[in-house]
Amino acid sequence: MVALAEAQVWEALEEIPDPEIPVVSLVDLGVIRSVDVQDGHVRIEFTPTFLGCPALEFMKRAIEEKVPEAEVVVVQDDSWSTDKITPAGREKLREAGFAPPAPRLVQLQSQVHRCPYCGSTETRLENIFGPTPCRSLRYCDSCRQPFEQFKTI
Amino acid sequence: MNAQERLLGIADDELVLGWRESEWTGIAPLLEEDVAFSSIAQNEIGHARALYQLIVGEEGDADALAFDRELEKYRCAPLVELQLLDWAHTIARRWLYEIADEIRLAALKDDPDPAVAGLAAKIDREETYHRMHAAMWHERLRDEPRFQAAVEELWPYAVGLLPSELRDELAVRTGLDLPSDNLSQAHERGTHTDELGPLWEEMTEVRRSAPAGAQW
Repeated sequence: MVALAEAQVWEALEEIPDPEIPVVSLVDLGVIRSVDVQDGHVRIEFTPTFLGCPALEFMKRAIEEKVPEAEVVVVQDDSWSTDKITPAGREKLREAGFAPPAPRLVQLQSQVHRCPYCGSTETRLENIFGPTPCRSLRYCDSCRQPFEQFKTI
Repeated sequence: MNAQERLLGIADDELVLGWRESEWTGIAPLLEEDVAFSSIAQNEIGHARALYQLIVGEEGDADALAFDRELEKYRCAPLVELQLLDWAHTIARRWLYEIADEIRLAALKDDPDPAVAGLAAKIDREETYHRMHAAMWHERLRDEPRFQAAVEELWPYAVGLLPSELRDELAVRTGLDLPSDNLSQAHERGTHTDELGPLWEEMTEVRRSAPAGAQW
């Protein structure tokens, strides 16, 4: 068996969609903390977005199926925030009608939320909570479109 | 109290409160609150799961710790055990609980054990949204006599969430006075209300009905 290279593992992981927002991959979301390949042994560390995420086991199994050689370790530290979502991931979210989360620094200084459909900042909060823990519901007063806002955490 | 026991108390608080908050699913007075309470419950139970896992270690069985204990072994504070199907009391508990939880998480974030500090920081990020929700409702209800009466009634329970060294901060943040011996006593962790019994029966029913190690 030819040993997997680290880059190949990353490529394989890029093909695993997020179970709840399938337009983005686990790599886009930034939840893959590290990939380590040593002497044919592959170790993948990943971390949940929200701790109560019911897709956690599902994602772990998806990684194990995609990279059967790998040891998959779930890390519960504070290494993930929405700032870890890649620029490509943010663009994919926007295209699918999810407003990407504001960077944490920006969020602390302003409460501006942009509509992913028309770009207007004339939007208001409808509900802090939405269909999954990571989303809020907002409404755009410019184009009258309700939309989901990825929470900044 | 040792560090493990302190973590277990917080985990049990989050599990039992998550269970209680989920009782609003389907019957909350507003559709938005139906969604909010379902989400909050999901988050709290997620925090409990992560804390149990931290206590038992990576290879340990978090479910066994969560559900295979006798009722007396639970370390939750009496506040979270109460079945509150009254909106004023429900919001009063949410508001009091989130303030107390923020105070103890801030202390845990400075824990010398990096695994504890890291998890506390992650939980705290998520709790930000629970706090926004609680603050919004507090703003809306704080001048209502019915809400004020509920806060007053639950206050001695809320004090029981925190170890004594953190209680002064809770009093300052809520603007309430700590119970003294002359007034009502705090409802302390380690004692249980009668309301925990039926909840324990329900919560552990599936585990008790299937042999240990059953595969689903």
